This record gives sequence, structure tokens and C-alpha cells, in this order.
Amino acid sequence: MKTLRTYLRPWYGMMAAGLTIKITGSFMELFLPEILSRIIDEIVPRGNMQEIVFWGCVMGAISLLALIFNILANRNASRVARNITENIRHDLFDKALYLTCEKTDAFTIPSIESRLTSDTYHLHRMIGMMQRLGVRAPIIAVGGLIMTFVLDPFLAMVFLAVVPFMVIVLYLRATRGVRMFTEVQKANDRMVGVVRENAQGIRIIKALSKVGYEKKRFHGVNENLKDEEVRANRMMALINPAMNFLLYLGMVGVILAGAYRVNLGLSKTGRILAFMSYFQMISRSLMAVSRMFIMFSRGMASSKRIMEVLNCETEKDYVAKEYPAGDPACALEFRDVTFSYLKVKNNLKNISFKLKKGETLGIIGATGAGKTTVLSLLLHFYDIDEGAIYLNGRDIRSFAPSELRRQFGVVMQNDFLFRDSLEENVRFGRDVSEEEMLEAEEDAQAAEFIHDLPEENSYQLSVKGANLSGGQRQRVLLSRAFAGKPEFLLLDDSSSALDYKTDAALRRALQEKYPDTTMIIVAQRVSSIKNCDEILVLDHGSISGRGRHEDLIKDNTLYQDIADSQMGGALFD
Amino acid sequence: MTELKQEQKTSSMVVARRLMTYIDRHIGLTVLAVLTTVAANTAALYIPYFSGKAIDAIGEAGQVQFEKVIVLCAWMIACIVFNSVLAYVTQRLLIRISSRITAEMRKEVFEHLLEMPVQFFDTHPVGDIISRISYDIDTINASLSSDIVTIATSVITVVGSFIMMLRISLVLSLIFVITTPLIFFITRHRAKVVRPLFSKRSHKLGELNGFVEEMLSGHKTIKAYGQEETIVGRFDEKNLEAVDSYYEADYQGSIVGPTVNFINNLSLAMISGLGGALYLMKQISIGNISSFILYSRRFSGPISGAAEVLAEIQSAFSAARRVFALLDEPAEKKDDEDAIVLDQVEGRVAFENVRFSYVPEKEIIHGLDLRAEPGRMIAIVGPTGAGKTTIINMLMRFYDPDSGVIRVDGHDILHCTRDSLRKQFSMVLQVTWLFQGTIQENVAYGSEDASEEDVERVCKAVEIHDFITSLKDGYQTVLSDDGVNISKGQKQLLTIARAMLNESKMLILDEATSNVDSTTEQKIQRAMMELCRGKTTFVIAHRLSTIKEADMILVLQNGTVIERGSHEELLQKKGFYASLFNAQWES
Repeated sequence: MKTLRTYLRPWYGMMAAGLTIKITGSFMELFLPEILSRIIDEIVPRGNMQEIVFWGCVMGAISLLALIFNILANRNASRVARNITENIRHDLFDKALYLTCEKTDAFTIPSIESRLTSDTYHLHRMIGMMQRLGVRAPIIAVGGLIMTFVLDPFLAMVFLAVVPFMVIVLYLRATRGVRMFTEVQKANDRMVGVVRENAQGIRIIKALSKVGYEKKRFHGVNENLKDEEVRANRMMALINPAMNFLLYLGMVGVILAGAYRVNLGLSKTGRILAFMSYFQMISRSLMAVSRMFIMFSRGMASSKRIMEVLNCETEKDYVAKEYPAGDPACALEFRDVTFSYLKVKNNLKNISFKLKKGETLGIIGATGAGKTTVLSLLLHFYDIDEGAIYLNGRDIRSFAPSELRRQFGVVMQNDFLFRDSLEENVRFGRDVSEEEMLEAEEDAQAAEFIHDLPEENSYQLSVKGANLSGGQRQRVLLSRAFAGKPEFLLLDDSSSALDYKTDAALRRALQEKYPDTTMIIVAQRVSSIKNCDEILVLDHGSISGRGRHEDLIKDNTLYQDIADSQMGGALFD
Repeated sequence: MTELKQEQKTSSMVVARRLMTYIDRHIGLTVLAVLTTVAANTAALYIPYFSGKAIDAIGEAGQVQFEKVIVLCAWMIACIVFNSVLAYVTQRLLIRISSRITAEMRKEVFEHLLEMPVQFFDTHPVGDIISRISYDIDTINASLSSDIVTIATSVITVVGSFIMMLRISLVLSLIFVITTPLIFFITRHRAKVVRPLFSKRSHKLGELNGFVEEMLSGHKTIKAYGQEETIVGRFDEKNLEAVDSYYEADYQGSIVGPTVNFINNLSLAMISGLGGALYLMKQISIGNISSFILYSRRFSGPISGAAEVLAEIQSAFSAARRVFALLDEPAEKKDDEDAIVLDQVEGRVAFENVRFSYVPEKEIIHGLDLRAEPGRMIAIVGPTGAGKTTIINMLMRFYDPDSGVIRVDGHDILHCTRDSLRKQFSMVLQVTWLFQGTIQENVAYGSEDASEEDVERVCKAVEIHDFITSLKDGYQTVLSDDGVNISKGQKQLLTIARAMLNESKMLILDEATSNVDSTTEQKIQRAMMELCRGKTTFVIAHRLSTIKEADMILVLQNGTVIERGSHEELLQKKGFYASLFNAQWES
């Protein structure tokens, strides 16, 4: 179990060093009034100007030391907070990428994102603040309390009587505060969700003149966030006045008790007077403590949300077990695979097929038939419920996920392009040589349009590759898949936006240049899979027909339907 | 790119004045909060007074005046209760004010976003926008709810104490006449140093958010390529920049407090020195030095307190700068005051010599002429970059032409209200857009008064009704961002159903069926034909099945119409269109 402490621990030493400096600096400042009172009480009446100047200079020197120490301590605190945040954020992002798809689906992407940004921010603030303010105040409070005990233990006990109440107030408010700030964070997620949806759907919203409706929708989440904020802050608002109240109540108690004690000759007025000045010290520092509690509650709420993700199992923790081997002569085999996303209704039922090295499988079927799911299972994004999937005779569950996926080149439906050069989008962080990249672009029929771009391969893509056309995007994605020279290619609807000419050239390139690559092509139209060695026709998660194009066109009605609508092809890019 | 135009330029005064306008709206509550603070603090000031008297009343052993002590204690308790209650009231007031202001700011930003031209969203990462509306406004909120009171109470105490000090010793007060401006200048200097650091901090965090948003959206692809390590490596760079800039701002900002403290301590030393000298010259009594020091502590305490919140204020200001910069981004031009409100158009569309460029000098559309009679279907085809989507963008007034006129039913659309113009169209885009809500809500989106039967009717028409009813919650199923229970093609069917509900006279289909398999497409096609009847339809298509049905096909190349006519006419022409058509038989 990871907790915040796991991340704090490596920095305990550095924190301790910083705190020592801070405490030293604080004590130095506390010495100043002592020296001052000595000057006034003893030295000034003596009338020795030299001595006065000397002690004045001592005060100046101590002030300077206090300054240096405090700055050093603050820098140290900032540094520790920076390092801890860097580590937590790194681990969290790492976790987010390695999380199993099932877990990601459960958290939802926006929620993970807000934990990475907003929550780590609050945590950062808390760690820095706690070090800077969280030490001095408690030390002064405790130090002051000890001094009162030295002064008069009985009166100190009277004063101490209010402390349990203070602890109770702080504890109750802080624990409820953490819960409420968790709610604030959730409400914030919902607010952000609406903003995101609007930014993404702005065309539709404007086209449908739904601006008013969206404003209303935002108003709802915004008000809700405001209410949650108010609730949480109100919870915190009571702390300060309540602490103040209890503290002064204790003081009244001390005066009353003191009156009796003095009357009995057990104490002196001077002591009560001194008691008051310590009391001022304690009171001020406790106020600082209670102020910190707001930030602390918010930080802890965020920490909880972060740890929730950090304590999830990821694919890195996946322990590959031994599974019985399949047919070693097959490059790829699905054996009776059944799968359901939500474990309610099967999304795939009894899917079986075999592919030899260099063979190509086409999958076709209606929207929602389960075509993409086949690829997701093959990549081990999800665990199958029944059956087995073999890669070169080895069960895919006996691979570490990264080892398994390294063998594939994949283009998914509406795949992911990011803000960077076109080249980087093709290379995608892999060690791909210039030659390999250019060759891949050539094969993917992308070379020509890239050549026409102003900066060719250094052309900067915008978010999601929005500055390319649909067909261009698909060709960049294909280049990416080809560039790794993978043993297996998985192409999901990856040429739907290409015109006939380009599509034909692409298919030719696939046949000629990648004879040893085993492929699965998921397609919407028959022409893309016509030449496949085997074609699966999927219908509601089951195989309704299989075979070569020539056979299917004769005896599979579903396939005939699809082929009839053959003109579903693209005329233009 | 994420840096908006006016981010750096605006001075702190301008930002402060603009923030004040928000406080102004709640001036009543703010004044009340200040009053309660003053009252609470006054009550607090009386507590030491009573306690001092009580201690006097205790005196020596055996002489304690119990009655007096008890009465004074009662007074103290009264003050404490008064103070605590008022302090609590102040807190509540402040929470109310700051939360209202932040909710207003969020609302303002959001509503401004909706007024923004489409282009803004084409060029700005969502993550950065989100960072402004959540984290930046949050920072302002935190500062508003605490810093204002800190400063207000500081001013009161500082002024009061200074008057008391002047009364005790003019000469000693001179020390503060020197040190206080010094503090002021140091604080101002630090503010100047720290300001760019804080705006860098917000900026870097915005960038990090943009990166996270982008990369998480591609997490499956990253997994498929096993590139987690690489992406984490890139994240680390951004993260390092973000935490480093946070550290810089944090550290540099935290120098102010100790420095101001130092100067205060120094003045204390000077007081004792000078005070000693004055005593020797018999200008001042010991008792007066002692109370002067007491007041000087009261004087300098709040000053260093205020200097310490400087960092907070700076970060609030840089956040405010980012929020205001977003608010200052130009919105879509307002409609003309005498703009026509279109209603129940017939659907006659004309482009007359329309020219357009996204970037000056790079014209995309060169003098386009086009006439569409009501109920006709116009297919716009052509290679990438020919300007197909641009035509739609102008028709919907997402962008306005440089010259030429576009007319709907004879009205120049530049003189129509955007809202009424857009209401005349329904539209299906290649990118499916659904929001977090039920299927029912998503389909009925855009047609407020659609009944459940209406929704069912269109869902049947696009043949997704069976699928929906197979879901546990049927039409009430909530669609979420990563809903695994619905495929991309099905999402597209829903958006088509949504468009079918819309009873507008004009229809725009922009590669609307690209995610749908051809069987489904054929079914939709039939439904669409039904839908298109009587509507002027613009189709951007690359699929033959769609194009063939069109009454007129416009073949666009490099911003000019190179061929126009029906499918058969164009084939007979044996031009560009025919050559592309014939390519499909070549393989």
C-alpha cells in the first residue's frame, strides 16, 4: 500500500535538516525580545552608551542570522515539496499509462486527468506550506505551554483543561473537511467535464444553437461546485473562532483560579502577568495551526484521490503464468474465444480462427458486431473470459503485455495523433532510422502529400492532427504502423478515408512489400479485404460466415449485402 | 501557442482594478464583512484591557477583590463571545463573497468560450482552457477569501499603532519613517522579480495539463506500441519544467517574509540604541521605551504579515491575468443590430463570387458561384485541401468570407443573426460528438420538444433502436466518455438520428457515414433520402453511394469548381471525375 508517507520518507532527512534550520532561526528571533528587555531593564539604566551600542549590534547580527536561516529553510522546504511532487506526479502518470484498460474505463480518463493536475497541485501547496508554517507554530505553542508549567504547574493544568476540546474540534472538523473537499474535487471534475465537452463539440453546439442550453447545463455544475466549496469552507470556518473562544476561556479560568491561589498565597500576581504573555504566544501560534488545517484538509483529500490510483494494479505488475501451448505452426490463433466487457452480455462468442505466417485475415460486419473487440483482445487490453489466443503457438497471457505488443503494428479507428512534428508522429518514440521511416511513408502512400507540405516531415501537427485531412491522417497512422517492421499488422478501418486510387496502391504495397507480415484487416467495405486469405463475417459477436471472397459472395447473405453496397467506397480523399 | 496575446502586458494595477469590479458587485457584503472584522477586533482589543484590570484587582495574597475579579471575568467572557461570533460571521461572509465571485468568473469564462469563434478551439488545447477555468480561478478564490481581510486588518492596526507611537516619541518614530519605505521598496522590488515567475508557473502548469489531456486520450495506442516509457519520459520533461517553475516562484516569493522581518528586527535594535541614547539625554522614560516597543511590535507585525501574503497575491494576479486574457480573446462579431431573424426558410442557397482565406495572402476559395434550389441535394467532392469543409464553415458562419455574398432565400447571411441562420440547418459531422447524458437526451439534443416517441422513431430509422433496447437501461442509458458499451459507428448513428429529429430546411452532411459499415450505411442512406426530401442538402462525401444520389455534384479543386453536373453528366464528360470513378475498377 502506497501512502503519502511513502513519498515523504526519502525526504525525511532533508526535511529534518530544513526544520532544524527553521527552528534555529525562529529561536533566534525569539531571543531578540529577551535581549531587548535586558537592554531596557539593566543596561540603559546603567547609562553606558558603549554597552548599549554593543548590544544593539548583537541584535542586528542575530537578526541577520535569522534572516539567512529563514531563507535557507524556506528554500529547503520549497525544494522538498518540489521533489516530492515531481515524484508523485511521475508515478501517477506512469501508473495512468500502465493501468489496465478495465481500470481506466472504471476511473474514466477525465477523472485520472484531474487527479494528475488539480490534485497534485493541491498536494504540492500543502507539502510546501506545512513545512514553512507547520513547524514554527506548534513548537512555539508547545514551548509556551512548557514555560507555563515551569511558572506555575497548577495554573498550567487549568489552562490545559481546554486543550482536549481544541483537539476534538480540530479532529472532527478536519476529518469531515477531508471528506467534503473530496466532494469539492468531484464537483470540480464534473464542471471540467462540461467544459471539455463544450470545447470538443463547439461546432455542433453552435450549429444546433444550443448555446443557451449549454449555459444552463454549465450553470448547474457550476452552482453545484460553488455549493460544495461553500459547504467545505464553512466547515473550516468554524475552526478559527472556536479555537479562539476556547483559548480565551482557558485564560479566564487561569485568572479566576489565579485569584484564589494568590489569595491563599500559593502564587503571585507577577506570575499571572507572565502567564498572560506566554498565553499570547500560544494563542497566536494556535491560530496559525488552525489556518493551516484548511490547506491540510484539501491536500489530504487530494492525496487520497491520488493514492487511489497509485495503489491500483497495473500491467507492470502482471505476472505472466505458463499456459498450455497451442499449435506452433500457426502464427496467430483464436480458439473459442468468448468475451464480455461488462460481464452482462457476451460481446464476442466462440471466435476461432488460425493464421499462418504471412497470411491475411479480413474481418467485416455491421457496426457493433465486435470487430474492434477482436483486436483489443489480441493486444491483451482486456482479459478474455473463455478460450485462448495464441501467438506463434504461445498463449498471449504468458507474455508480459509489453513483450506481446512489441510484435504488432497497429492502426486503430480514429487513431491518435498528437501535437508534434509529423516525423515524431510516425516514429512515435521508437528507434526508427530515417530510411525506415521514409520507406514506411512511401508504402503507406503518404510520401507524396508529405512532400507537398511546407516543412515536409518536420511539419507540425496540431491537436489530434486537425490540420490534416481524414485521408492524410490515416496515411500517417499507416506509416507509423509500418515503420516498426512488425511481425503482425492490425489495421482497424485504417483506409476508409482513402480514395480508390490510393487505396489500391496501398493494397499493392502491402502485398508486395510485406509478404511475411501476418495481418488482420478490419474493414467497412469489401474491396479492402477482398484479397485476404480468410474473411470472417461477424454478426452480433459471432461468426456468421468465413472463407475467401469468392466463396462468401456465393453463399453468405450478410456478405452479399455488404458487397452489394460496394459503392460505399471513397471517390475522393 | 497557449500563451494568449495579452497575458504578459497588463500591469498589476489594471488587474487589480479589474478584480475590484468583481468585488464591487458584492460591495454590500464586503462592507459588512469589513465592519464585522473591525467590530470583532475591537472586542478582542478589550480583552487585554479587562484582563489587566483583573490582575490589578488580584493584588497581593489575602487581598483579592473577588467580586471585582468575577465581574471583570464576566466582561471578558462577553468580549470573547462577541469576538468569536463576529469572527465566525466574517468568515461566513467572506466565503459567500469569494465563492460567488469565483462562480461568476467561471460562468463568465464559460459563456465567453461559447461566444468564441470556432477557430479558437481549432488552435487551443482543451487542457490549457480547463487549466484556466479550474486551477487559475481556484487560485484567485483562495486569495480573495483570505488576503483581503489580512490586508484590511493590517491597515487598521498599522495606522492606529503609528499614531500611538508618534504620541510617545517623535524621534523614535523617525526610525520607522526610514524603515517603512524601505520595506515598501523591497516588497515592490520583490514583486517585480516574482511576477514573471508566477506567470511562468501558471503557464507551465497549463502546458502540463494540455500534455496530460492529449496523451491520456491516446492511451490505448501508446499501449499498443509499448511506448509508455517514451511518453512518461516526455511527461517528465514537462513535469520538471512545471515543478521547477513552481519552485522558483515559491522560493523567490517566500524571501519577502523573512526580509521584512529582518528589517523590523533591525528597527527594534535601532530603537533600543536610540532609545538608550534618548534616555541618557533624559528625553524619554524607561516605561515609555517599553510601551513604544510594544506598539512598534503591533505596528510591524501586520506589515510583515501583509508582505508574506504578497506571494499569494502575486500568484492570484498571474492567475487573474490568464483568466482575463481568455476573457479578452475576441468573441464572434456581434450580429448587426438590424440583422434579420430567419424563420421557416425555403432553403434556397446561393454563393456569389465568394472568396476566402484562413491566412491572409493564402486564398482557399477563389470566386465561388453556386446556386442550390430548395429540396436539392448538392454533393461537394474533390481532393483534400480543395476547400470542401471551408464552404460548410462559411455557410454556417463559423468563418466569414473575405468578399462575395452568400444568400439564404435571398438574404445575405452576414445580415442575418447567427443563431437564426444556424437554426435553419441540421448537421452531421465526421467527428461524433455526444455528451455525458442519456441516449434520449443526446438524440433529442437540438430539438427541445421532441417526445420519447419521436426519439424512438428516428432511432428506428437509423436502425439502432434494437441495440438501444438491448441495453439494460434502454434509452435512459447514460453515455460516458469511455463507454465501452457503444462503438464508434453506433455513436455516429446516434448523431445521425439527432440530425433527423431536427426539422430544419437545410441539411449538412460532412463525411457523415465514414465510421459506419456499408450495410448500415445503405440503410441509413435510405433513411437519409427520406429525410433529405424537401430539404436542401449539402453533402461532403467521398463515398460513391452518397455522391451518386446527388442532384448536382460540384467537383472542387484548389478552391474553384472545375466540373459540375449530375453523376451521369460528369461521367460523359470524361473529365477529372470520370477518371477517379474509373480508378475503382483498376485493382
